[in-house]
Amino acid sequence: MIAIVDYGAGNLNSVKKAFDYLGAAVGVTDQPAVVAAADKIVLPGVGHFSSLQALNPNGLRETLLEAASTGKAFLGICLGMQWLFEGSEECDELAGAGIFPGKCRQFPSSVKSPHVGWNSLAVRAGSRLMRGIAADSFVYYTHSYHAPVQAEATAVSEYGLAFAGAVERGNIFGVQFHPEKSGDVGLSILRNFCEV
Amino acid sequence: MTKRIIACLDMDGGRVVKGVRFTDLRDAGDPAECATAHARNGADEIVLLDITATSGKRNTLLEAVRGTARSLFVPFTVGGGIRRIEDAAAVFDAGADKIAINSAAVSDPTLIGKIAGRFGSQAVVVAIDARKVDGGFEVFVAGGRVPTGRDAVQWAREAAAGGAGEILLTSMDRDGTQSGFDCELVRAVAEAVSIPVIASGGAGAARDFIEVFSEGRADAALAASIFHFGIENIAQLKRELHEAGVAMRWPC
Repeated sequence: MIAIVDYGAGNLNSVKKAFDYLGAAVGVTDQPAVVAAADKIVLPGVGHFSSLQALNPNGLRETLLEAASTGKAFLGICLGMQWLFEGSEECDELAGAGIFPGKCRQFPSSVKSPHVGWNSLAVRAGSRLMRGIAADSFVYYTHSYHAPVQAEATAVSEYGLAFAGAVERGNIFGVQFHPEKSGDVGLSILRNFCEV
Repeated sequence: MTKRIIACLDMDGGRVVKGVRFTDLRDAGDPAECATAHARNGADEIVLLDITATSGKRNTLLEAVRGTARSLFVPFTVGGGIRRIEDAAAVFDAGADKIAINSAAVSDPTLIGKIAGRFGSQAVVVAIDARKVDGGFEVFVAGGRVPTGRDAVQWAREAAAGGAGEILLTSMDRDGTQSGFDCELVRAVAEAVSIPVIASGGAGAARDFIEVFSEGRADAALAASIFHFGIENIAQLKRELHEAGVAMRWPC
């Protein structure tokens, strides 16, 4: 089963619906035990970085870190990907998982923020999550903060600057865009995750 | 970053009432079929507006939202008759990604922040219907029937500050005329706020879109009955825009 982690950050229906459409067994849960027992984990989320605080009190944070360190397939979407980094300027006092290096930052003032809409992806060869995704495919973004481009970025988009659209290390994956809202391209990415 | 083309379905009593002439549909009035057909043709987003919006028919709307959301994998906005946070919650629960609020936000601007606080700003679209008046643009509510005396640019600023994620800006002067978007209105609002502005009202041909994206500085453009306006389908429109140098999700 794929566990979609519910920590109160927005609407998880779309993510669940996309996995349902792909025929994957999927459940939404806020229970650490259910998350720990799942085969794969999806950490979605929209909104303010501080809403990730809700992972801390009930043991979800430890469960997620443990799962990630043991090689369980893990996909962070949007805020869920930002959580994989050290933190975010949006809420300095809250630490991220620190799995990927660097901090999420605001877009430069030269562009409108939030970044909302379809943007193209430069995909790095060899990514398992991005397998079969054509260069310059379009995906749907909606966010005000971005993760840095670093060695483990497997897709990069440009908006005022280059930022990480996707990251990957072993079985840990993150996407800043919304695959569940990115048409066929997004469904292919989610299918890749199901098949990891 | 691309400019978005948004297809709007106007729905009355659970049926799409204008705008679509697909040849491959079993039932052209079914919102789910229309929405997926638009998405297949390249629509970057779908907006479903319930123009009945009477409280007795909420379940019809929710059923339509549920049916439409099931197989739609582009952003999906639902508007019409959302007056309270509970109405918004029900629409999100049925599968919408964003809600559009209009009159209710004007009468209670705190509604914007309340919905944004629970579902995120990205999920809150404030729809503004405006008409040109002496010295500016005035906001109208109740489907354009009631003038408010408020300035559209000022209201857009206030809505953005209050937590709106996007502004859906309709020119009542241009709506249904096919004479092009009101670039003056769109530009005034787009330059006043940092959130995306969706231009609506007046779409007639590809050049209207080119104009509203360049002169109007719109981030997205919406059309309800684009297929009746001589543009065969969204794919063709997007190809034309792409060839004219407008950044589009193309091919899609």
